[in-house]
Amino acid sequence: MVTQTLIMILTGIVAGGLGSILGLGGGIIVTPVLTIFMGYDIKYAVGASIIAVIATSSGSAIAFLKDDVLNLRVAMFLEIFTTLGALSGAILAGYFHATVLYFLFGALLLFQAWNMWKKLRGAKSDQILTKTDPLATQLNLNGEYYDKQAKEVIHYNVEKVPGGAAVMFGAGIASGLLGIGSGAFKVMAMEDVMKMPLKASSATSNLMMGVTAAASATVYFFNGTIQPLVAVPMALGIVIGSTIGSHVMQYLPAQMIRKIFIPVVFIMAIQLIMKGMAVFN
Amino acid sequence: MDQKQINGGQKSPEEEQLAQMELVIGKIMRAGVLAALAAMIIGMLLLLVHPVSDPTDFPTRLGPLLVAVGHFEPMGWMMLGLLLLIFTPVLRVIVSIVAFAKIHDHLYTTITILVLVILALAIAYGYHVG
Repeated sequence: MVTQTLIMILTGIVAGGLGSILGLGGGIIVTPVLTIFMGYDIKYAVGASIIAVIATSSGSAIAFLKDDVLNLRVAMFLEIFTTLGALSGAILAGYFHATVLYFLFGALLLFQAWNMWKKLRGAKSDQILTKTDPLATQLNLNGEYYDKQAKEVIHYNVEKVPGGAAVMFGAGIASGLLGIGSGAFKVMAMEDVMKMPLKASSATSNLMMGVTAAASATVYFFNGTIQPLVAVPMALGIVIGSTIGSHVMQYLPAQMIRKIFIPVVFIMAIQLIMKGMAVFN
Repeated sequence: MDQKQINGGQKSPEEEQLAQMELVIGKIMRAGVLAALAAMIIGMLLLLVHPVSDPTDFPTRLGPLLVAVGHFEPMGWMMLGLLLLIFTPVLRVIVSIVAFAKIHDHLYTTITILVLVILALAIAYGYHVG
């Protein structure tokens, strides 16, 4: 039991570190390790995964009292849609066959990996949106952050708020149904749809994941899907890992974050598609 | 800080106040996470002293959970830690409501209250179904 606990803590450290750097919940690492390497039932892997999501998100508060990069208004406004999605997802989970969704979301992630790869070859840096959008202005969503890399304050505007909100609702459903943080979808909603800079999108996504996951985690907690002997050592490891990760993140250039991001999204896509394929067997 | 001023990051007093409030939110979050971690570590230590015979036997309802915590059962403390961790994001939402109210941002006070209401509904559903 001691060896198993140590493996859980180590998995947590790796998942937490990568998760906070990439703005992901760490569930992509947790779920395959538990199911493929440790032979756990997928049900308990999902339960541990949702805890991993919250530990990554909340754990960053240990390292930083305040994240200057995140946009609190964008986070709270979009959380209306992610929490509604997570609640719908948690309710649907009782009726739905999730394998079909694994397939759909896997395909969507493939698109995202391709999209990011295309961007990597194209634009040199983040395109800052200077055009003003009436709805974004009305909702006071435009923001700024101090970029430690560029050593300057980046002012940015956002656009296409309804589109971003729609993608966030979908991200919430995925989170509630599958027990994932769906950070990739959240970053996609903010960066690709709303044109928020990558660093601001990643940091805001990290905060949002915790709030979204809290909605579905209570369902998993009360129905006994969260196994304490798995989830507790994992959560402890994640807090250690995300503390390290969040310190490193601010000093990494956007391009490098993207380079790490692409294979992670790709692996996640393949993993999800393979789960979806299981339906046809 | 100086850098920000040089680069023309002219923040309004309300925005400065919100930045200050975010610091308070961070402190409360840190306390919440530390409380969750403390309960988890106590649970792990209790596990070393009293190994559990059945790994699938753990409390999921509030009553039995509190009883298990009172009896210093390892699973009880581990579950308490997990529950506290799950509630840390909710704590952030609650403190954010206060933060927005303090800077008289009525729009965002309302938006954040709405998020809390949705979370409360989700928790009620979870407990009811579980």
